[in-house]
Amino acid sequence: MEHRLRAPLSDGDVRRLRVGDAVLLDGTVWGLRDATLIRIFDQGQAPPVDLRGGILLHVAPSVRPSAAAPSGYEPMTVGTTTSTRMERFTRGLLRDYGVRAIIGKGGLLDDSSAAFAEYGGAYLAIVGGAASVETEQVEAIERVYWKDLMPECLWQFRVRAFGPLTVAMDSQGASLYRDVARTARERLAAIYAKMGLRP
Amino acid sequence: MTSVSTLPNAEALFEDLGRRLYVDAQIDIPPDVRRALREAAARETNRGARGMLTTMLRAVDVADRKQTLVCQDTGIPIFWITIGRGIAVDGAAMLEALRRGVERATEETPLRSSIVSAIRRENRHTSTGDGVPVFHVEFSTAIDYIDIVMMPKGSGSESMSFLKMLLPADGLAGVKKFVLDTAVEAGGRPCPPTIVGVGIGGSSDLCMTLAKKATLRPVGQRHPQSDIAALEVELRDAINSTGIGPMGLGGDTTVLDVHIETAWTHITLNPVAVNMQCWRGERRRARVYADGRVDIGY
Repeated sequence: MEHRLRAPLSDGDVRRLRVGDAVLLDGTVWGLRDATLIRIFDQGQAPPVDLRGGILLHVAPSVRPSAAAPSGYEPMTVGTTTSTRMERFTRGLLRDYGVRAIIGKGGLLDDSSAAFAEYGGAYLAIVGGAASVETEQVEAIERVYWKDLMPECLWQFRVRAFGPLTVAMDSQGASLYRDVARTARERLAAIYAKMGLRP
Repeated sequence: MTSVSTLPNAEALFEDLGRRLYVDAQIDIPPDVRRALREAAARETNRGARGMLTTMLRAVDVADRKQTLVCQDTGIPIFWITIGRGIAVDGAAMLEALRRGVERATEETPLRSSIVSAIRRENRHTSTGDGVPVFHVEFSTAIDYIDIVMMPKGSGSESMSFLKMLLPADGLAGVKKFVLDTAVEAGGRPCPPTIVGVGIGGSSDLCMTLAKKATLRPVGQRHPQSDIAALEVELRDAINSTGIGPMGLGGDTTVLDVHIETAWTHITLNPVAVNMQCWRGERRRARVYADGRVDIGY
């Protein structure tokens, strides 16, 4: 199934998504990563914006100053980083700040999966390393918060037809990463046998 | 005795090469990698996986057309330098010039500097620091030029580096199991389909260096030794049958290839290392001849 969505996402928007579905996004996406999340959760500073229904992107872009851009910055390269490092922040983002979707690559783990089921959220997988495509889909950097963390600031992007994204973890508690890992481990036993290897 | 010529204008030449190679490696994906991605997309039976491989190829095209970076990760700059016969160069000055080239590339392009100090995590915004760029320098009697390969190594794939000092009794079977297990453990994190580099033998440091160097070899080029070449094919097919797929979301294409490099080791050791390179397989090469002529390639 294919979805075209715009933030803020409603409970219904998120709960309709199933693993394997394709998603394209329009409107606001919030960029953040390690240092931003450490500030929010480990240093206890609430984000200066309303993230309810929000869509986050694990990112640290390359930008250049631009007088014409609303934020003073225009994107040079916007690309997604590995989410797995930021696993421990998912639950708090959903529970405390009402975030509904996280875009990333590499996947999140079991506690995130449980949080997506508990609070109604989804993980949207992007094709990692294809930043040239992502950058074309960012219309503008609208605002930049916490510039002292450059480039790990809180970025407000305006995107158009952002994707294609794959629903990799859904609000039913399903996870493609878990399924693929289970399949790989099962197949590994057969591969071992075929290659004459003892487990 | 071969006659030795001193390279003219060496410092300016190497500084310019350091700058160009670091930028171009991130814009222009090697032709062998493009071919491997196209072939994988044509072969792939999983629809979602095929879509992801197509997006990867589209990202390569967009970067060609707009002369932008394919990935935002500017990586850890690594130079592999081989100095051939008949060419004299001030080695220390060459490395300093390459370092300045990386710094200029970062400021002038500009590029995101991904390099921070180890303890305090300070970023000079130059893509350099203590020990970075990483330089591997060796010598060869087989060439009459200086060969420089630049590899901007992204962190997603570099994080998936594994070393195990196996026992002689673990044999080649232990080596095969280690490679398969690490590929499954890495899953989608190194941005598959990857080029998996495997080092077998040597000391611990040499073993890991061999694994990383193996990722530099063009995709589709087999090891010249037939038993090692056969092992590469066996491991490639085995990893691809795990079903991990592009970005770890399932499919037939988990690796573009497996490359193995070996060295002799100690009688009591059986070291194996795995180092992965993401689907872009970024690298750029320059051959510098004694008369100052430069050939740029991959």
